Amino acid sequence: MRRVIGRMSHEIVERNRGADGVMLVGLQRRGVPIAQRIAAAISEFEKVDVPVGALDINLYRDDLTSRPQPLVRPTELPISVEGLVVVLVDDVFYTGRTTRAALNALMDLGRPRQVQLAVMVDRGHRELPIRADYVGKNVPTALNEEIQVRVTEFDGVEEVVLIEHEGEVLS
Amino acid sequence: MTTGTMPTVEAKTATMPRRHVLDLDDFNKAEIETILDSAEAMRGVLGRDIKKVPALRGKVVLVMFLEASTRTRVSFEQAGKMLSADVINISGSGSSAEKGESLLNTALTLQAMHADLIVIRSPQSGAPYFLARNLDSVSVINAGDGTHAHPTQALLDLMTMRRHIGDMAGKKVVIIGDVLHSRVARSDIYGLAAVGANVVLSGPPTMIPLELLRGTSEHFPDSVTVEPNLDKAIEDADVVMALRIQKERAAGGLLPSMREYTRRWQVTDARLARAKPGALVMHPGPMNEGIEISSSIAHGPGSQIEEQVTNGVAIRMALLYQTLAGAAHAGPMGVEL
Repeated sequence: MRRVIGRMSHEIVERNRGADGVMLVGLQRRGVPIAQRIAAAISEFEKVDVPVGALDINLYRDDLTSRPQPLVRPTELPISVEGLVVVLVDDVFYTGRTTRAALNALMDLGRPRQVQLAVMVDRGHRELPIRADYVGKNVPTALNEEIQVRVTEFDGVEEVVLIEHEGEVLS
Repeated sequence: MTTGTMPTVEAKTATMPRRHVLDLDDFNKAEIETILDSAEAMRGVLGRDIKKVPALRGKVVLVMFLEASTRTRVSFEQAGKMLSADVINISGSGSSAEKGESLLNTALTLQAMHADLIVIRSPQSGAPYFLARNLDSVSVINAGDGTHAHPTQALLDLMTMRRHIGDMAGKKVVIIGDVLHSRVARSDIYGLAAVGANVVLSGPPTMIPLELLRGTSEHFPDSVTVEPNLDKAIEDADVVMALRIQKERAAGGLLPSMREYTRRWQVTDARLARAKPGALVMHPGPMNEGIEISSSIAHGPGSQIEEQVTNGVAIRMALLYQTLAGAAHAGPMGVEL
């Protein structure tokens, strides 16, 4: 995971010709520590501090009543997104619906110059015309499988696991 | 966000969603904390340039107030609108209640119009329970019923205390005035007991529930005590909460006179000096300045009265969101009574 984050950090700096005017915004919850890791890596080799924010998208979901009541977590951006290149950071890229909600949430907070998407794992099965700019790892999956990205902050370990749910298709 | 309230324990989310919010007497600490966490996130929405999120798009919220109110009614309306629900206001006068339609028939009519949630303020204790029992597809939030309960006020009080004090376990909260007729005090007592605070009630003995005066209470938690002498009650208090005195109570024989009430139970600078330094001063509003609270205290540095109003909007957003978002997964519609 450390090496993957290192590569993604370099790709972000390469694509944006440096890290000036870039803000990383992690999606609550596991996107946030991943964004922090990327920021730390960039500051190490580029010697610039990249601001890191946290975005909660629960109030923008399109499946509110079809899932158990989600806990709303704080949205905290250190500076205004106005005119910046915002890199959204998430753990698992799946249907694209979370990203759609994140884009709406972000637009309500201001007008970034550009929005890019970085994901730790792309498991496929997109339901919306959305693609990622930076992908840690492509993991082709079946619908009855689940990908979990685990981070020290919440899970005590750093790993990516593939779980198979027998006979059960995850929606 | 002044306090570090971001939850780190996943277990906090394991509370069962509710269809109705009727009182705080069956809320535990974890559930209260979850609502306050959610309200903190809602306060973030309140502070934005664009104060609107699409969370409750397409939901219909009826705000039915059969009793006068400014802050509670407006804050429910504002909360609903900021979450993109369609909010419809109904008042006692100007509706068919005036033509003598019963509460049940009015409510059944509104249910037939496919309302998703009814917020009700009623002079009748128990009215929200009555609705919750008799409506099978509508959520009910109690916005104050008679002298019984006012759970959203108690939650905004708890939010205000947590933001300034943090963990309330073992803290001392003094509630002053007409506790007997106060639905705010009743719900605050249950909420404060759930988070582990000690409550001291102070006021004319005619305005304190008899069972508490006698010390034989079965309905109140053990953490509640009575001290009619405010000078003693207020000592080392972390929170000082004055209740509204209704002037007609003096005529009803419960008070010798307003002047005597003011002399013995008004929250003044001299009395507040006996509380802990930096103690919070709270009042559910509307205030009678110069009666239960002096003007210098009401607008003084310790006063949280305006912050209570802001937190009230956040709490109501959190409750609307949780009852409507979780409704499809909550237990059966009816309430156990």
